[in-house]
Amino acid sequence: MEVGMLPISASKRGKLLAAGYTSLHSISRASASQLATDIEVSQDEACEILKYASQTSALDPSIGNSNTSNLYGGQTAWTMLNEEKFNTRITTSCVDLDNILGGGITCKEVTELGGVPGIGKTQIGIQLAVNVQIPLEYGGLGGKAIYIDTEGSFMVERVLQIAEACIEDMSEYSHHFHNNVQDCEVKMHPNSILENIFYFRVCSYTEQIALVNYLDKFIEEHKDVKIIIIDSVTFHFRQDFEDMALRTRLLNEMALKLMKLARKFCSAVVLLNQVTTKYIEGSYQLTLALGDSWSHSCTNRIILFWNGDERHAYIDKSPSLKSASAAYSVTTRGIRNSNSSCKRIKMV
Amino acid sequence: MANKLIKQMGLPNSIANIFTARNIITAKDALSLTEFELMEQLDVGMAEVKSAMAHISEVVCPPCQTALLLMEQRVRDERSAGHLPTRLRGLDEALCGGLPFGVVTELVGPAGIGKTQFCLKLSLLASLPANCGGLDGRVIYIDVESKFSSRRLIQIGIENFPEIFLKKGMAQEMAGRIVILRPTSLSEFTESLHHVQVSLLQKQVKLLIIDSMAALVLGEHDCGASRQQALGWHVSFIKSLAEFSRIPIVVTNQVRSQIGDEPLTFSFQARSHSIKKEDRAAYDSHLVAALGINWAHAVTIRLVLEARSGQRFIKLAKSPISPPLAFPFNITSSGLVLLDDDGIEMKGSEINTIHCQGQKALFNSEW
Repeated sequence: MEVGMLPISASKRGKLLAAGYTSLHSISRASASQLATDIEVSQDEACEILKYASQTSALDPSIGNSNTSNLYGGQTAWTMLNEEKFNTRITTSCVDLDNILGGGITCKEVTELGGVPGIGKTQIGIQLAVNVQIPLEYGGLGGKAIYIDTEGSFMVERVLQIAEACIEDMSEYSHHFHNNVQDCEVKMHPNSILENIFYFRVCSYTEQIALVNYLDKFIEEHKDVKIIIIDSVTFHFRQDFEDMALRTRLLNEMALKLMKLARKFCSAVVLLNQVTTKYIEGSYQLTLALGDSWSHSCTNRIILFWNGDERHAYIDKSPSLKSASAAYSVTTRGIRNSNSSCKRIKMV
Repeated sequence: MANKLIKQMGLPNSIANIFTARNIITAKDALSLTEFELMEQLDVGMAEVKSAMAHISEVVCPPCQTALLLMEQRVRDERSAGHLPTRLRGLDEALCGGLPFGVVTELVGPAGIGKTQFCLKLSLLASLPANCGGLDGRVIYIDVESKFSSRRLIQIGIENFPEIFLKKGMAQEMAGRIVILRPTSLSEFTESLHHVQVSLLQKQVKLLIIDSMAALVLGEHDCGASRQQALGWHVSFIKSLAEFSRIPIVVTNQVRSQIGDEPLTFSFQARSHSIKKEDRAAYDSHLVAALGINWAHAVTIRLVLEARSGQRFIKLAKSPISPPLAFPFNITSSGLVLLDDDGIEMKGSEINTIHCQGQKALFNSEW
């Protein structure tokens, strides 16, 4: 826990070390003017360094801060449990899939969905972008969606189809639960659903990184965004990227920023990924793209695959959900339950 | 966007000069470094780095549109709301009007199945005037294997649109709108692509056909990383061409035999014992599309042409707007003709497997 951790420029750090300030403790005991003369910086800069030093030292218990329950930025597990109860989830419109997900895609977490081409990744992405807008009266979040398209597979006609089907389902639902005909008039129109999907078309990895950086400001201005979908996060990082180490660093930073966004704005982040083949244990197997370091970056990882004639989703990695797979199907109305005769959820 | 100069972004001079002094000139240079690396290289504090990067990101970031705006734009500005009708009714219905603009459509199938025939018809359709359902524009046909036959093109034209083609001079005009390029190597192809990019902007090019992509790439490099890299660049370039000029791009692909009998699976899937072994007749060969899985992800729509039990099928194997449907077809003097417009829905492994029955069946066409 040393001077190297302070978020100040390298030359200032060098000066501090040269002047003999090797630990944060020693810095925080000095006064601003003393610091200013010792390392030859202005008074303001010295004050800033002191501020950073005291902030950082609050995190280190060895400095003897008796107030351990108020660690800067920390939360106790109990408060988190109470918060998690209110964690809203976004339905996928497929009951089996929702069941293995514990109700749907969780807000405040980053979920990765990967699968072979044609399995339905974009379809699930579009379905979620529509479902996040389901109003609170119908059990949804009433939020807006950000759809970041890196491959050009976002077809507006399809979004319209899914939006219309969603509205029809909602009015059918209200027919069952409300007797008064006037009450169950769903006040949504497919065009308003389309209006609440913010679409960005990204053409290079530079734009992708810039956009993730910009999202913080964007969502501040559009606070009701409750889901961010990136379709797909892989595409630009796979084409002619020579420096693999750089790719890993950039992807990691992007993942951290997305996690921060998810927590800060209580929204869900869904990343769609592609597959690649890998030589494991003597044979070629499918695995999600972007490498092993990326596989650690997301909180939840769901793999979509063909099981015989059916599409299945398998929870590959999750801190709180059990490993299970469920069948789903892609219909003209969007993602729905699979209509096969054996609909049991297979526990792996 | 990515190559925008940092000093033109409106950052305060002090920080802009520091970027230039450390040789970080374009936005791409800055965004390719993590924040910590920037802090080290520029020798400034974290807060300054963050605010500079926030500013740069905002400038470089693509514009925001709503889905509604996109739809209204397409309906208003583009013919048939952004689709090229193929005149195959079942296929057009499944694709909400035809081959979509702005995306790459792939045609894959064994040799002699009808890919080039389909491409010929599409190039004709794009050159037709609007009142016949065409795009009234020019077509660029990149013909790698020298399969383009003008005589066949005119024959298809006369069979399908006699009222236009038999009129004096019309055949010449229609055929005159189709430009054929014949690159003989990958590097020539790359060069032609750059020229194509320029013509797309200047002239009224409404369709680009590349027949075939596989022949270019597979002939050149050895297996492995260099081929993947070359293909990767071409994939991005072709996709961005399609996007910016809002035209459909059709690419044909070959097939190759599959290594091993079993389809690829994930590590958590149970091993092959439960997979039904299909009764493979002696003359069926087991084929997959060439160019690999990266390419399969990159194309937006994949049409698989195959022959099964003596009947040819065109399958919509990958499409974001329609379910996987298979339509039986034949090749006649007027090009591809669907025998059934409703299509059969396919499931599971059927969608991506490509059947090809011996040489005999394929040459039994009617024309």
